Amino acid sequence: MIKQVPDTKAVTAKAMKEDGTVNRAALPAIFNPEDLNALETALEIKDQYGGTVTAITMGPPNACEILRESLYRGADRVILISDRRAAASDTLATSYILGCAARNLPHVDVVLCGRQAIDGDTAQVGPQLAEKLGLPQVTYLEKLMEMTNKHVVAKRNLGNGWEMVRSKLPVLMTVVDSANIPRPPAAKLMMKYKKVRGAVEVVREIAGEKDPNDPALKAQIDQRIKELKQKCLLIEQWNLDDIKADLQWCGRDGSPTKVHRIQSVVLKGTGHKQFAPTQEGMKDLIHNLIEERTLG
Amino acid sequence: MIRVNREGSVWIFAEQELGQLSDVPLELLSKGRELADKLGVRLGTFLLGQGIGELAGKLTAYGADDVICVEHPLLKDYQTTSYARVICDLIQKYEPQIVLYGATAMGRDLAPRIASEMKAGLTADCTDLQIGDHEEKDGTVHKNLLFQIRPAFGGNIIATIINYDRWPQMATVREGVMRMPEPNTSHKGKIVNEKVNISPEDLAVTILEKHRQAKKVNLKAARIIVAGGAGVGSKDNFKLVWDLANALGAAVGASRAAVDLGFCDRDHQVGQTGTTVRPALYIACGISGTVQHRAGMQESAKIVAINSDPNAPILQLAHYGIVGDMNVVIPKMIKALKERS
Repeated sequence: MIKQVPDTKAVTAKAMKEDGTVNRAALPAIFNPEDLNALETALEIKDQYGGTVTAITMGPPNACEILRESLYRGADRVILISDRRAAASDTLATSYILGCAARNLPHVDVVLCGRQAIDGDTAQVGPQLAEKLGLPQVTYLEKLMEMTNKHVVAKRNLGNGWEMVRSKLPVLMTVVDSANIPRPPAAKLMMKYKKVRGAVEVVREIAGEKDPNDPALKAQIDQRIKELKQKCLLIEQWNLDDIKADLQWCGRDGSPTKVHRIQSVVLKGTGHKQFAPTQEGMKDLIHNLIEERTLG
Repeated sequence: MIRVNREGSVWIFAEQELGQLSDVPLELLSKGRELADKLGVRLGTFLLGQGIGELAGKLTAYGADDVICVEHPLLKDYQTTSYARVICDLIQKYEPQIVLYGATAMGRDLAPRIASEMKAGLTADCTDLQIGDHEEKDGTVHKNLLFQIRPAFGGNIIATIINYDRWPQMATVREGVMRMPEPNTSHKGKIVNEKVNISPEDLAVTILEKHRQAKKVNLKAARIIVAGGAGVGSKDNFKLVWDLANALGAAVGASRAAVDLGFCDRDHQVGQTGTTVRPALYIACGISGTVQHRAGMQESAKIVAINSDPNAPILQLAHYGIVGDMNVVIPKMIKALKERS
């Protein structure tokens, strides 16, 4: 499960909307770093044991970019979950939707997620998704030691130490950034998949701001989608009905946590005392700190 | 989820490992006391493990009115699904209105699992918790809700999150955010032992080997901290931060940005998703001072900031500011320290 996130290192204060949710469109979007680690873990499993790797993301049309990036690295199948009714989902609603999507796949042995997304930082979706799917969870995965079709042995990095655990399959694992160095896109795969598009992207490319149901535009859109499908270049797209999601558990209605208010922090600036960046300045500062007994 | 139970207690998960209580539940007891008193309800803790009976006394000394002890050999080591099931059963039985967890490796593995099973709300990494009222657009007022307060993504913003119907209201809080209370052994509490049935088949994950190491640095105990941010520029350059810290006998801290850039180990991270500190002196070098970082150090007694950008927010927060290049300033500071009489 992967997520496209605003690049938190490039944030400006204009990013928030009135209702307290993030205005993602205003920021450069990237592949959530730890999800790239998760994808790498999936690809390493495939390299060593075989199997197919499916990457799923829930997001706006822009999220198709990370699905392409997954294909460039070796994913076999990519799916976009796109539905306006999923907007403003908190972690519980998100994990519910992702759970419905996972259940829509024929068979899953291992579900991998990044430990956390750099925008929300909650690290909640992984464990919540595991619960929804009734799977055991192994969080903070650093290294897969061994795998059979019945169990997996993994090393977890807990920050203050590590643990070696054995889990039955199927299992959900969340991957930390120290686990691996994600492989770069492969040139051959980029050539093969660079024209891959999602239906939502085609609509946006052809109709733009205009009404996509306008007969002339619709014909163009349908034609393009048909061509992409014939060449196997169309990203699978599921909406909430496709995955049989119950709307009461989705979006704002399905989110127990709500924003009461957001406040801009206004720093009072009680006037700091300035010291010059010179030797004299430093002598004064140290003297000051000693005088007031901050330094002995 | 459970019903909205106005008589429900405030509960704190008493995280323990190898028979030792983590610091965070003790810190949470002080805030828990405040919340429980405001709501006029009891403050309870719940403790899972094996041979943990003596920890109950410590929890009451730190303020718990109730301690629910669940002992079982199979609960000796933390395992997600068994702990989650036991706790969900406890929540169903006792219907607390608020449940708080430390945002530790265990808490972050456990709390979301419980939230999902209970279909309840959970807010991570809160920097403050208060009780307040919330009015919806249609005029409905929900009184005495838990305000789950935390810096929000997207700039200089603090968000207050609430959950008025999918109870219990749950939150995780990082180490050091709440102050450790003074223990009071004369404070007595009620200890309840709950029985559970667990079989080995309930443990989907088994621990084969465990290895714990002490944290590289004890930021909470440090009297002086010298911290570096993204402005330090490189891992090599971070040596200057270490040099200054050594000259002061100080601990080294780092902003989230510096840790993400690989300049410093995560153990040194100060801020909302790191450790919260209150040293006598905090020297911030090349740290811009985002709201998330400030949440972790703004209660320092004295703050010195070195930044080449005169508009860096940290300078607004600092008591003493130096606008300049830290590569120039730090060596001069070290020299001044050596020369002091």
